[in-house]
Amino acid sequence: MLAGLALMGGQAGAAPTPPPGSPRGGNAAQHGAGIVSKTDLQVWRAEGDGNGRLGRYKPARRPGYYGIGTVPSAAQIAGWTIAVPPGGADLPSGSGTAAAGAAVYASDCAMCHGAFGEGAHDYPALAGGVGSLGGSSPERTVGSYWPYATTVWDYINRAMPFYAPHTLKPDQVYALTAYILNMNGVTRSDWVADAASVPLVRMPNRDGFDWSDPRPVTHNTACMEACVRPSSIRITSSAVTMHLTPRMTGPVDHMKSGQ
Amino acid sequence: MTKRNRRDVFRLGAAAGATVIAGSVRGARGAAPPADNAWSNSLGHGVDGKPYGSPSPFEKSVVRRYVPWLSPTRDADASMTPLQDQPGIITSNGLFFERYHAGLPQVDPKAFRLMISGRVKRPLLLTLDQLMRYPSVSRIHFIECPANGATEWPAAQLNSLQLTHGMIGCAEWTGVLLSTLLDEAGLYSDSRWVCATGSDGAHMNRSLPMMKCLDDCMIAWGQNGEAVRPEQGYPARLVVPGWQGNVNVKWLRQIEVGPEPWMTREETSEYSELLADGTSLGFTWVMDAKSVITFPCPERPLTQGPGFYEIRGLAWSGRGKVRHVDVSLDGGVNFQRARLDHPILDKCLTRFTLPWWWDGKDALIQSRVTDETGYVQPTIVQKHRFWGADPVYGNNAIQTWQVLASGAVNNVQLS
Repeated sequence: MLAGLALMGGQAGAAPTPPPGSPRGGNAAQHGAGIVSKTDLQVWRAEGDGNGRLGRYKPARRPGYYGIGTVPSAAQIAGWTIAVPPGGADLPSGSGTAAAGAAVYASDCAMCHGAFGEGAHDYPALAGGVGSLGGSSPERTVGSYWPYATTVWDYINRAMPFYAPHTLKPDQVYALTAYILNMNGVTRSDWVADAASVPLVRMPNRDGFDWSDPRPVTHNTACMEACVRPSSIRITSSAVTMHLTPRMTGPVDHMKSGQ
Repeated sequence: MTKRNRRDVFRLGAAAGATVIAGSVRGARGAAPPADNAWSNSLGHGVDGKPYGSPSPFEKSVVRRYVPWLSPTRDADASMTPLQDQPGIITSNGLFFERYHAGLPQVDPKAFRLMISGRVKRPLLLTLDQLMRYPSVSRIHFIECPANGATEWPAAQLNSLQLTHGMIGCAEWTGVLLSTLLDEAGLYSDSRWVCATGSDGAHMNRSLPMMKCLDDCMIAWGQNGEAVRPEQGYPARLVVPGWQGNVNVKWLRQIEVGPEPWMTREETSEYSELLADGTSLGFTWVMDAKSVITFPCPERPLTQGPGFYEIRGLAWSGRGKVRHVDVSLDGGVNFQRARLDHPILDKCLTRFTLPWWWDGKDALIQSRVTDETGYVQPTIVQKHRFWGADPVYGNNAIQTWQVLASGAVNNVQLS
């Protein structure tokens, strides 16, 4: 239903242009500041500098050695620098409330994400599931799973609505952020989303992630003989009995009824 | 009627050839010696017949396929490489698996721009021609989606090599080392992370730690003897050797440098793993060592009765080279060392073979890779102990194929 609509529109040849009034340039203070826990910040810094290896890195050439290319203008950089880190750097000016977001949501979002954020037609749910992650049927939604509210703003802005991505105005994105956070009980209905307030929202699952990779967590050995008792080997599942596999020869099988 | 010239005679020959090909698709009439086949008694088309080649029409079943029930829409979905039809370590460009987040963008190379910005001393804006002037390298690496095998976490579900293991491809990538461009732009002491962004509708972006970017990442514009295919990020993509496919950002448009990660949707909501206790692991970038037997497999059963067959397969590791591959014919009781084909390269598919005199009886065949770090590919039971029963990503478990006396092959899991 949504497939392919406007996916190619406007992208080819578009020069980077800035949204009004946005600060740019990867300001360090605005990056990890605010809501990020000290533990996570330490993990990220250690990962980023390769546990100290980065300090010993020697560039092969001085900056500008090859002299190929141009220096982009501030406006060009601003237009393409849309990624918003947890500290809120590069959030544009503008604001929005849940009430304003409800109207945008109804017209642009509800057809896929459901009237109440419950999801529809197998598209993801946005709300619910808070407290479910450790249970037998965990539900991953914006409210239950996403660790940072800035990601909500960022993702709506860059990729939504699915059929016409990056076409909403900053006020609309702020309003949708307020609406979806309120839908999840994370913010109150009168909360105003803007560049200052969004980075300060503490999401329920902020501390639910370990960003340091614990692997290896399996420790198999390259045993060559009598590795397991033959009598212990039992087939626990067989795909041939599942009837989930499309036909693997001839034209691509779309598994549509009547095909 | 005009006199036939030499060109017309050629055209007639080509037309006759086409008819014969269509006829022989239906049946194998006249194929056996001592008779000539029809194509041996006619003239084929000339060098102007097919300026860009394509596989034999008899190979039309060899295509990317997908699992229709996995995603609600084809433009945010994945297709799989037919590994059962890949003879060696290189994946054909037309068969290399796809993963889209907002469909396939058709990028105009004249409008392509690559921007290096953020915490750098000298931001850079490059056209494609300018990008291609920088010193270049050419390297063979696999790219694997971390969700490769996701359907097989809870049980053997799909009776197919292609659909259980085909979210991987391996190509010769040619392009510019990311370190070359980052040096050109100039880093600060707190330039610790990179945000790579694509120009597709999803504006797909991922954070990468600086040290990996300086180690071996590249911005590739060449793939297996031609321009990077549109499905793979034309005209330029990021290649992050050995790391999960999603960070190898396609249709690349920006490299932003900053002090911390951006915590994008694709590295928080997606591509993170929820564990049984309710906590999650993020930034699990490296693809662990994995191997699979590509012959026999469900799509390529044993059709010629007992006797000699060569077991063939592929092995790889995101942490370096393949050290050895062991093959079991009895469900993991005993293993034999397989022969590895050269080249054996870093973060690259490696081909293995094992001669097998099949006695015509049921068999449970497996392959198990050990990489140069000493890591040994685990069983699905070992995987479940840490990751739980139903995760999404990182399924590198040993694959068991059940060979039946009929020669049919099924995907099974063992206790």
